[in-house]
Amino acid sequence: MPREDKPKVAVWKFASCDGCQLSLLDCEDEFLALTQEIEIANFPEASRAVIEGPYDLSIVEGSITTPHDAERIQKVRQSSKFLITIGACATAGGIQALRNFKDVNEFISIVYATPAYIDTLRTSTPISEHVKVDFELRGCPIDKMQLIEVISAFLKGRKPNTPAHSTCIECKRRGTVCVMVAQGQMCLGPVTHAGCGALCPTYNRGCYGCFGPKETPNTSSLSSWLKKQGTENEQIVRAFRGINAYAEPFLKESELHEKENKNHKG
Amino acid sequence: MKKKTKTIKVDYLARVEGEGGLFIKIKDDAVVDVKLKIFEPPRFFEGFLRGRDFKEAPDITARICGICPVAYQMSAVHAMENAFGVKVEGPLRELRRLLYCGEWIESHTLHIYMLHAPDFLGYQDAIQMAKDHKGVVERGLKLKKAGNEIVSLLGGREIHPINVRVGGFYKVFEKQDFEPLKETLKWARDAALETVRWAAQMPFPEFEQDYEFVALRHAEEYPFNEGRLVSNKGLDISNSEYEEHFQESHVEHSNALHSVLKERGAYFCGPMARYNLNFDRLSKLSQEAALQTGLGKECRNPFKSIIIRSIEVLYACDEALRIIESYEKPERPYIEVEPKVATGYSCTEAPRGILYHQYSLDEQGKILDAKIVPPTSQNQKTIEDDLRKFVPQYIELSQEKLTWQCEQAIRNYDPCISCATHFLKLNIERT
Repeated sequence: MPREDKPKVAVWKFASCDGCQLSLLDCEDEFLALTQEIEIANFPEASRAVIEGPYDLSIVEGSITTPHDAERIQKVRQSSKFLITIGACATAGGIQALRNFKDVNEFISIVYATPAYIDTLRTSTPISEHVKVDFELRGCPIDKMQLIEVISAFLKGRKPNTPAHSTCIECKRRGTVCVMVAQGQMCLGPVTHAGCGALCPTYNRGCYGCFGPKETPNTSSLSSWLKKQGTENEQIVRAFRGINAYAEPFLKESELHEKENKNHKG
Repeated sequence: MKKKTKTIKVDYLARVEGEGGLFIKIKDDAVVDVKLKIFEPPRFFEGFLRGRDFKEAPDITARICGICPVAYQMSAVHAMENAFGVKVEGPLRELRRLLYCGEWIESHTLHIYMLHAPDFLGYQDAIQMAKDHKGVVERGLKLKKAGNEIVSLLGGREIHPINVRVGGFYKVFEKQDFEPLKETLKWARDAALETVRWAAQMPFPEFEQDYEFVALRHAEEYPFNEGRLVSNKGLDISNSEYEEHFQESHVEHSNALHSVLKERGAYFCGPMARYNLNFDRLSKLSQEAALQTGLGKECRNPFKSIIIRSIEVLYACDEALRIIESYEKPERPYIEVEPKVATGYSCTEAPRGILYHQYSLDEQGKILDAKIVPPTSQNQKTIEDDLRKFVPQYIELSQEKLTWQCEQAIRNYDPCISCATHFLKLNIERT
C-alpha cells in the first residue's frame, strides 16, 4: 500500500549535463515502487507539478557557476530538511571547473559572439562551498543503485552505505588483472573513490577518475609510479585535471606537476 | 480602441532536459513576441577542449549531455578519424551502430512515455499517468531498459559509457556475450510495435508547416554515423561543407546559439526530418508499421513526432537484432590512429537530430580548436516559429490550456537544453 504521509523529495538542477538526475529515471525496475514511498514534490525534468516546500529531502545536481544560482542554492537549502548532492558537478565543480584554471572571459569569447549577454562567475564550485551539505554522492555519473541506497538511508534516518575506499580495491575484488602493472597503462584507480565497480579496468583501460578522490588518497605516490613507467608531466597534469579537477587532492597534484613542467621547460 | 494584450509565460519548462522558459506576447489576437528562453548556465566545453589530447574528446564531450552521451562520443570519434584519414569498417562499424541503437531506444522511449505522452493524455507526469495506465508506463520503462541494456553491455554503463575510443573500442565481445540481449530485444521489438499503434491514436492538433527538414542520408542505411547532409529543399553536402551552409547567431534571450541555414533560415532536424528524408531506408517491418497507422511516408505535423519516435524505436530494435545475429568478433578492438596536423568533421544523428563536431589538431594530436553544434540549438528557431503560428490558431483556448499546448509544442522537439547551451561558435568576434 502506498504510504499516506509520504516524505517530500525535491530534485534541483544547477550547471550539469542532467545525467545524474536521469539516473533516477533510469531506475526502470524501481521507479514506480519508489514513487509509492516518496512524494516527488519538485522534479522539473519529470513533472510539471510543483509542490511548495519545505522538503524532507533535496537532491542537488550540478555546480554553481552564475550569480543567480549562487542565490538559488541558498533558497533550496532553507527549504530543505536534508540536502544531498549527487555527481561530480555538485560535489567537486565538475568538468566545467576546468574554467577555474583559466580566464573565463577568454572562454566566453571563444564560445559566444556577444559576451555581454553572458552572466557567469569566474569559477565553477561545488555546492558545499555555498551551503551545508548533509551527504555527497560521488560519480560522473553516479551509480543509480547507490542513489537508491542514499535516498532510502535518509528517509530511514540511517547512514548511507557507500564505501569510501579506492577503485583499486573494487578491481582486486572483481579479480581483474591490473592494467597498470600488467599493461603499463595510466590508471587513477589507487586514488579514486569506489562506486563504479572498477568499470574501466574490466574494459581494458585505466581508470580516469570519474568518482573523484577517495578518502586520504596518496596522489604523489601514484604520480611517482606513473613517472617510473615513463608518463610525461603533462599527461599527469591532464589526468588529474579532468572530471574532478577542482577536488582538492586532484587540484593540488595537478598544480604541482604543472609547476614542475614549467620549471623543466623554463 | 484599447489594444488587448495577453502574455503566456512559463518560468521553468518541465519535462525537457535542462533549464528553459517560455515567453509569448499577444496583442489583439496577433503574436508580437515569442522567446524560447534558455537560461541553462553555459559550461564552455569548446573553450576547455583546447589543449586536450584527441583521445580525450569522446570522454570529455560525453559530459555535455547525460541523455545522449553516445551521440557526442560518436561525433567525436568520427571527426578525429576523419582528420587522421582513418576509416573504421566491418564489425567495429556495426558495433557503433548497435551502441547508437541502444541510445535511440533509451532516449526516445524516455521522451515518448515519460515526457511527451502525459501531454496528450492530460497528466502532469508519468507518475500520475501510471495511476490510470500502469501497464502502459511499465511497458515504457521496460522498453527503455532494453535500450539501456545495450549501452550498458557494449559501453560499460548507461550514462557516459567508457568503452568508446578513437579507432574503435577498448574491449570487444564474443558473439555469445550478446545472446542474452537477443531475447530482450525480441520482446522490445514487439513492445515497440505496440508503442507505434498506441502513439498513433493520440489526439493530435491540426498543425502542418512547410518545414525545411535536414538529416543525414546514407546510400543504404537509415542514418546513424555516416551520410551526406541533405534537405527537402535542395541541400546536399558533405559533412566538411557544414560551415559553408550553416551559421549560428547569438540572441540575448538564449544562452544557446540559434543555428540557421545561410540561404533559407530556420530548419528542422531530428526524428521527423530523418523519417521524411529516409523513409525508404527503414526496415520493412518499420515501414509497414508506419503505413498501417495511416501516417504516410511524409509528415509535417510536429505533434505527431511521438509516432515517428516510436517507429524509430522499432527500427532500432530491428536493426540491433540484425547486428547481433550477423556479428563476428573483430580481430582487434580498435585500429591504430596516427595523429597529424589536420581538421576533422563529423555529423552523426543524435536522438534529437544532427550533431556536428569539428576539430583542428596539431602534429601530436592536441586539440587547437573545437566546434560543436547540438541538435537543439538547430531547432530553436523552428520551435519559436511554430509557436508564432500555433498560438493564433488556438487563441480561443483558456490561458491554462493554451499555455499547456505551447509547452507541448516545445516538447514536440524533445529539446535538450543542457546540450544546446554549452558550445557553439568558433569564429571569435571580440567586443
